[in-house]
Amino acid sequence: MTSAGAPERSGTTRGGGTLYRGDLGMWSWVAHRITGVLTFFFLFTHVLDTALVRVSPNAYDAVIETYKNPVVNLFEVGLVGAVLYHALNGIRVMLVDFWEKGAKYQRVMLWTVLAVWVVVMIPGFYFMMERTISELVGGH
Amino acid sequence: MSLALDKPRQPRRPAARRSNGELYSWLFMRLSGLLLVVLVLGHLFIMNILDGGVHKINFGFVAGRWASPFWQFWDLAMLWLAQIHGGNGVRTVINDYARKDSTRFWLKMLLYVSMVLIVSLGTFVIFTFDPNISN
Repeated sequence: MTSAGAPERSGTTRGGGTLYRGDLGMWSWVAHRITGVLTFFFLFTHVLDTALVRVSPNAYDAVIETYKNPVVNLFEVGLVGAVLYHALNGIRVMLVDFWEKGAKYQRVMLWTVLAVWVVVMIPGFYFMMERTISELVGGH
Repeated sequence: MSLALDKPRQPRRPAARRSNGELYSWLFMRLSGLLLVVLVLGHLFIMNILDGGVHKINFGFVAGRWASPFWQFWDLAMLWLAQIHGGNGVRTVINDYARKDSTRFWLKMLLYVSMVLIVSLGTFVIFTFDPNISN
C-alpha cells in the first residue's frame, strides 16, 4: 500500500486494450459523474415545471401534485441522495486539490463522505417520506 | 560547407495556440461548487425536508417566498451557478465519451442551446413573477 492507499494492480487485457481496474477512488469519480449528470437532467425539468407559475396557479399546482405521488416522492429521496453525495464528494475533491495533505487522506475522506451521507439520509428519508408512508399505511 | 541538421528536440511545427480556458473552467467548478453546496443543500432542506417536505409546496408557497428579495436572489444565483456548473460538467462528459467529431459538436450545440433556454426562462420567471396572476 502506498501512502495514498491505492494498491497496485495489473491491467487485464480485453479486446486488445488494457482495462484499468481502479481502486475506490475511481468509483468515487464514477459516482460523481453519474450523480452530476442525473442532477443536471432533473434541473432542466425542474426549471420548466417552476416556469408554470408564470402561466397560472392552477397549471403549477396540477404539475406539483405529481411530485406528491408516492413513487415520485421516492425519486425525490434519490435526488437528495445524489445531490448530497455530489456535494460531499465535491468538498473532498477540493480538499485533495487545495489542501496539502488532501491526497494523503483522500481514502479516509471518502469513508467520511459515505458515513456523513448515511447519517444525514436516515433522518432525511424519514422526513421526506413521513407523510407518504403514513397515508399509505393509515389510508386517510 | 555546413550540415543542415534539425535540432534534435525541435518541434516539427509551432505549438498550437493555447488558452487558459480549461484552467478557468476547472477553477470555476470548484468556486461555484462551494457556493452551490450552501445554495442547493439549503434549497433541498427547505423544500424537501422541512415542514412536511414537498407536500407544502403550491403556488401560494412560491408567491410567499418570492415576495422576499432575499429568496429571489438566492434562486437567481442558484439557477445561474447550477446551470453553468452542470453544463460545464456535461460538456466534459461529452468531450470524454463522444467518439466522432460531428457527434461531439452536435451534442455540445444541443447542450449550449438547452443551457441558454433554461437560464433565460428561469431568469425571466423570477423577474416577472406576478402573485396576482389569474387562474
